[in-house]
Amino acid sequence: MDKFTIKDMNLYYGKFHALKGVNLNMPKNQITAFIGPSGCGKSTLLKSLNRMNDLVEGCKITGDIRLDGEDIYGNIDINILRKRVGMVFQKANPFPMSVYDNIAYGPRTHGIKSKAKLDEIVESSLKDAAIWDELKDRLKKSALGLSGGQQQRLCIARALAVKPEVLLMDEATSALDPISTGKIEELCLKLKNQYTIIMVTHNMQQALRIADNTAFFLLGKMIEYGNTDQIFSNPREKETEEYITGRFG
Amino acid sequence: MREYYDIQLNDLNNQIIEMGSLVEKSVAYSAMALVKSDIDRINKVSEYESAINRKEKDIESLCVNLIMHNQPVAKDLRFISAALKLVTDLERIGDHAEDIAEISKFVDSQNCHLDKTVFSEIADTAVNMVNLGVDAFIKRDLDLAQKVAEMDNTVDQLFIEIRQKLVSGLKSGEYDSAPALDLFLATKYFERIGDHAVNIAEWVVYSLTGKLENLDDYGIEE
Amino acid sequence: MADAINEKQSEIKAINKIAFSQRLKEYKRKPLSLVMYLIVVLAAALSIFALVFLIVYILVMGVPHLTPDLFAWEYNSDNVSCMPAIINTIIITLLTLLIAVPFGIGAAIYLAEYAKRGNKLVKVIRTMAETLSGIPSIVYGLFGMLCFVTAFQWGYSVLAGAFTLSIMVLPTIMRTTEEALIAVPDSYREGSYGLGAGKLRTIVKTILPSAVPGILAGVILAIGRIVGETAALIYTAGSTTGLVDGVMSSGRTLAIHMYMLANEGLHTDQAWGTAVVLLVLVLGINTLSSFIAKKLSSKK
Repeated sequence: MDKFTIKDMNLYYGKFHALKGVNLNMPKNQITAFIGPSGCGKSTLLKSLNRMNDLVEGCKITGDIRLDGEDIYGNIDINILRKRVGMVFQKANPFPMSVYDNIAYGPRTHGIKSKAKLDEIVESSLKDAAIWDELKDRLKKSALGLSGGQQQRLCIARALAVKPEVLLMDEATSALDPISTGKIEELCLKLKNQYTIIMVTHNMQQALRIADNTAFFLLGKMIEYGNTDQIFSNPREKETEEYITGRFG
Repeated sequence: MREYYDIQLNDLNNQIIEMGSLVEKSVAYSAMALVKSDIDRINKVSEYESAINRKEKDIESLCVNLIMHNQPVAKDLRFISAALKLVTDLERIGDHAEDIAEISKFVDSQNCHLDKTVFSEIADTAVNMVNLGVDAFIKRDLDLAQKVAEMDNTVDQLFIEIRQKLVSGLKSGEYDSAPALDLFLATKYFERIGDHAVNIAEWVVYSLTGKLENLDDYGIEE
Repeated sequence: MADAINEKQSEIKAINKIAFSQRLKEYKRKPLSLVMYLIVVLAAALSIFALVFLIVYILVMGVPHLTPDLFAWEYNSDNVSCMPAIINTIIITLLTLLIAVPFGIGAAIYLAEYAKRGNKLVKVIRTMAETLSGIPSIVYGLFGMLCFVTAFQWGYSVLAGAFTLSIMVLPTIMRTTEEALIAVPDSYREGSYGLGAGKLRTIVKTILPSAVPGILAGVILAIGRIVGETAALIYTAGSTTGLVDGVMSSGRTLAIHMYMLANEGLHTDQAWGTAVVLLVLVLGINTLSSFIAKKLSSKK
C-alpha cells in the first residue's frame, strides 16, 4: 500500500530545474530515506510533500504528487495537508514558549480547546516521542532551556500531537550527538508502526540502520530507488555505488 | 578519493592471491605425495599448512579492520565479506591437503597392493578445481566459477567409483583393510576439497553479483 | 562548595588579565596601538564627561527649586506649577501611542509578513518612512496646524497634538517593529506552518510574541520623542497653562511648559526645576518600559 505516489514530477526555482522527472512510490508504515550529495534536490522533494515549498518564491511544480490517491497540489486545504503530513526540521525549532504550549500549539490550531483533552494529548505525544519521563516535571518551563537532543524530540512530539499520518524528517539528527541520534532512530523504528516516515539524511549508516527503502538522488534526478539492503549491498547504478562507497566525484 | 582505503582493499586482494597460491601448491603436492609416494613433497605440505594458517589469521584481521574503519557497503562490503568466508575454505583445503599427505606417509609404510594411480584422476580434478576457484577470484571471472561448480559433479562421480572399487576389492580379499580404509579417507578428503572449491566459487559469485547462490545444487540437480 | 566555585571563577578571570608590565612591553613593540588606545579612551572619557556634566548641571541648578509650590494642582503665574503639564504630557503620550502603535505595528506586519520580499512598494514605503523620520519636527508642527487645527477645525487641542505626534513617531515604530519581525527566525514560521497553522495564527501566536522586546524598544524611542517634543506641539496642542478637560481642549506638555518659562525669562529657576522633573519623568518611563519588556519576554 503506497502512502505517497509521485509521478513525473519536475520542480523549478525560477529558471533552475531542481528536480527532474521524479517517479517514486513510498509505502505506508515504512521508513523511506532520501540520500545524495548536497544540492541534489532531496530536501526540496521532501518539502514538496507537505507543500512547504509554497513559501519559497518562484517555485513551480509540475507532475503529480498524491497522498492516499489524492492530488496534494489540487483542490486541497493546505493546512489540513500539513496536519496530515507533519515535519521535523534539521535544526530543532521549538517555539519560545513552555514545553506544554509547544505541544499544544498544533492541537489548539486545529480547534481543540478543552484543557483535559490538551493535557491528554501533551502527555501521549511526549510519551510517543519517548521524552515524557525527562520532561514531565518541566512542562511549564521554557522549551528553549532544553538540550539539543531534547529539543529535537520535543519537535517530534509537537509534530505527533496533531496526529499526522506521515512524518517528514529533514536531516533531523544532523546536529545531534550520537546518543541523541540513537534515541531518535529508535523512536523512528517504534513510530513506523503508526506513521509513514520519510527522511532526508546525510548519514548513510543511519539510512542503513533504520530505513526500509532508500532513494538516491544526484543533480535533481532520482538515480535509484529500492530496498535499503539491496541499495547498500548491491546497487544497480554505478553512480549509487560510487556515492555510497565514498568514491564519488 | 579514499585512496588509503583502496590501497588496503588492494592489499587484501593480494594477500588472498598469495594464500590461494600456497593452497594450490599444497593440494598439488599432497596429490603427488599420494599418487607417486613423493616423501619430499609430503614434508613440504606440512610447511605450507602452517604458512596458510598464518595467512588466514592475517587476512581475517585485515578484513575486520577494514570493516571497523570504513563501514564498507555495496561492492566493497561484498568483497570483504566474501574474503572473510573464502579464507576459511582455503584454510580447510590446506588442512585436508595436510591430512592427505599424512595418510600417504602412513600408507607407504605398509604393504599395499593397491594401484594408487586410480586416485590420480580425482586428485587432478580436485587440484584443478582449487586452481580454477582461486583463478576465478583473481580474475573476477564468473564463467570460471561456474566451471568449478560443474567439475564438482566429476569429483562426486569419481568418489563413488573409487568407493565401489574399494568395497569390491575388500570383499574379494584383494586389498588389505587398513590401507584401503586410509585411502578411502584420502578419497573423501579430495571430495571435500572439491566442495570447498565450490564454496570459493560461490563467494566469488557473491562478491561479483551480490547473489548468494548454491552452485552445488545447480550441479547435482542437472 | 560555594568557596570552590568562587575560587574557580577568580582563576578564570585571572586568565584574561594581562599584567600591566606585559601591556607596556606590547605597546613598545607597536606604538600605533598605544595611540589608538589613548584615542578611544579619550573619546569615551569626553562623552561620559559631557553626559555627567549635563545631568549634574541640571540637578544643581534645578533641585533647589523643587518646591511644593511647583507641584501645586492649580497653575497660577506665581507658583508656575508644572503639575498640569505633567498630566497633560502623560495624556498626550498615551493618546499618541494609542493612535500610532496599532498603525505602526499593522503596517510593519504587512511589510514584513504579507508583502512579497523584494516588492517595489515595500521599498518605496521604507524609503518614505526613513525620510519622514529625518524631517525636522517643526515641519510636522506646521502640517498639524494647517491640517488638524485649521482644516479639520479642531483648534489648538490635545487631539490635534496627538495626531501630529502620531504621524511623527509612526515611522520609528514601523521601522523598529519591522526589524523585530524580520529578526524572528524563519524556523518559527516553518515550524508553525508545518503544524498546519495559517498565516494569521502564525503571526499572532508565534511571531509577534517573539518580536515584543524589539517592538517595545521602538515604543520607548517613540515615547522619548513625544515627551521631549516642543516644536510640533506649540502650533497644534497650544500652550494653555491649565489642566486639559477633554481631548478638544488645548494644553501644554512639560517640555513646552519649560520652554515657555525659559522663554518668558520670568521664572528661570522654576524652568530648571521643571527640567529636573522632565529628566526624572523620562527616566521613569524608560525604566517602566524596559521592566515591561523584561516581564513580557521572560513570560515565554
